[in-house]
Amino acid sequence: MDFFQVFIELAQSTVRLSTPLILAALAGLFTERAGVFDIGLEGKMLGAAFAAGCVAYITQSVYMGLLAAILVSVLLSLVHGYASITQRGSQIVSGVAINFVVAGSTVILGEAWFRQGGRTPALSESGRFGAIQLPFADAVRDVPILGQIYSGLLSGHSPLTYLAFLMVPASWWILYRTRFGLRLRAVGENPGAVDTAGISVIWLRYRAVICCGILCGIAGAYLSLSAGAGFTKGMTAGKGYIALAALIFAKWRPKNILFACLLFGFLDAFAIRYQGFAFPLIGKVPVQLMQALPYILTVILLAGFIGKAIPPKAGGVPYVKER
Amino acid sequence: MSVPHAKLPAWAEYGLIPLVNLAVAFLISGLVVLIVGESPLEAAYHMINGAFGRGEYIGFTLYYTTTFIFTGLAVAVAFHAGLFNIGGEGQAYVGGIGVALACLALDRTLPWYLVFPIAILGAAFFGALWAMIPGWLQAKRGSHIVITTIMFNFIAASLMNYLLNKVFKPLGSMSLETRTFEAGGQLPKLDWLMSIFGLSVGNAPFNISFLLALVAAFGVWVLIWRTKLGYEMRTMGHSPAAARYAGIKEAKIIVITMMISGGLAGMMALNPIMGEQFRMQLEFVQGAGFVGIAVALMGRSHPAGIIPAALLFGMLYQGGAEISFEMPSISRDMIVIIQGLVILFAGALEHMFRPAITRLVIGLSPKTRDVAATKGA
Repeated sequence: MDFFQVFIELAQSTVRLSTPLILAALAGLFTERAGVFDIGLEGKMLGAAFAAGCVAYITQSVYMGLLAAILVSVLLSLVHGYASITQRGSQIVSGVAINFVVAGSTVILGEAWFRQGGRTPALSESGRFGAIQLPFADAVRDVPILGQIYSGLLSGHSPLTYLAFLMVPASWWILYRTRFGLRLRAVGENPGAVDTAGISVIWLRYRAVICCGILCGIAGAYLSLSAGAGFTKGMTAGKGYIALAALIFAKWRPKNILFACLLFGFLDAFAIRYQGFAFPLIGKVPVQLMQALPYILTVILLAGFIGKAIPPKAGGVPYVKER
Repeated sequence: MSVPHAKLPAWAEYGLIPLVNLAVAFLISGLVVLIVGESPLEAAYHMINGAFGRGEYIGFTLYYTTTFIFTGLAVAVAFHAGLFNIGGEGQAYVGGIGVALACLALDRTLPWYLVFPIAILGAAFFGALWAMIPGWLQAKRGSHIVITTIMFNFIAASLMNYLLNKVFKPLGSMSLETRTFEAGGQLPKLDWLMSIFGLSVGNAPFNISFLLALVAAFGVWVLIWRTKLGYEMRTMGHSPAAARYAGIKEAKIIVITMMISGGLAGMMALNPIMGEQFRMQLEFVQGAGFVGIAVALMGRSHPAGIIPAALLFGMLYQGGAEISFEMPSISRDMIVIIQGLVILFAGALEHMFRPAITRLVIGLSPKTRDVAATKGA
């Protein structure tokens, strides 16, 4: 079962690589469904990863690190909210600005505080999220197929990974089965109607932006506390943009987000594992093409060649109560 | 909202408000310098000295300025048509192909003044091509230009990485770059211009593409405010519905605007490739496409504002290098922070100080107060 073992390993790294994408894409889902576009996912994740790395190192507590990550990410979200909801500025411009401010300040502050070339010091075991071994994972390891799937694929991930996968149905439930979710979606489609019903558009959008901050914070914490052992300069490396692509690719729906992120995670895992691998019929695929594939797929989808991605109607438009 | 809606005089609209926004951005940057434990005043001194202290420094400052004029104009042209082109980075990168092809093919046979126009056309062509696709997709297929241009930045990075690896890299070379161009692929420096002011350009790569940038800025002004096409672009930017009603072909304008924007971004590649390195390297754009966003916002999308804004960022880039030399804890990433803050305050939060300034300006000048009063009555 050599082939099967390879498959399990590939699936395992797919799950690992798609975890931050799922969290960040769900974060984007909350704000964009409320009508606030957010291309600052990248910056928020980076800021959160940095905060997590710093605080987890200083306090030697992984939970304080996670908390700090969420706090920083929510603060950045509130800046975005203030600019785009209260001040009715351009949401795109605000997102771009946040990405730059964070990209610069994480390096400057990291260098000033730790002097390790923009990195935070490596975290010990207590400062990181360890892998969770599901019960009996070791016992069934030798059982063919089912045991291998259980112990090799389902078991042994970071708690944040399990959280990310749980957040998919949870987000669906919040958005589609609660009053808050209904209003949040309504405010992204027709804020005027929500306002007429006597519900504050501004407060709803702020809450959506805060939800986004929390999820982005967890995504960032995953990078520096689980995937890595500390923060490294620019460690998001475009993951925020891939998450944004996944969100659009998923047509702003929670279930699709899971699959889109798994697909993009798989492409990443595959590209890492099979650099210079010769495919039957196609031959060698340049690694650069594999890296660009998520972006190319998103462009093709956006162009309406595979289905049609229709964004929330009021997305990107600041709400003006009365002229 | 009880904000007076009176129109501000031009000096306040185009001078005071951007200055206040800029001042706030710099104040917060100063706070970051304080947090790092250095003196903001000392940093400012090193910055200004590093940017203007010597002829060579000024040459470097103007070299960066050249780059930012191109990318700033690119973003501004798209802004006028209501399009946000975040793809300047990718378009400049792909524009490099045009420059590299022209230089690699002709540098051994033709003098620079014949290669230069061909390289300009090549850069503009490839940049325009890379911007045309998102433009076409927005015009015909309704995909959002912001998202597509972001995606195209990443695709461009992968594409260029591949091309430098497989096509442009000379045999046996390890580093990802083309061969060094001969004399035909090297632009002359503008030492004569500097020597008029009694300065020496030294090692600074201040070259003739600076003049091209100034010509481009004038060209953009003519295009936007003195041609039918520019009028149609502005109409669409102000009100797409009005443009449609007036019979302006929306799809055509979007595609043409994006091609002009991409062409300008692509021409940025001339400066580092033909003017400084004399070869195309990996990542030669170095974020200049993104700086263009800040420059266009600062300069209020007007060439007369873009040139000083580009000079400001040129100063930040050159002076920032000097700061990191003198104060090691402030690396060049400080500029990225300032750039972000400028985008935030001059772009997303541009209306934050407007009510207060409007009240102040109208309160100060009796003439506008009367106008506001009659309007209110």
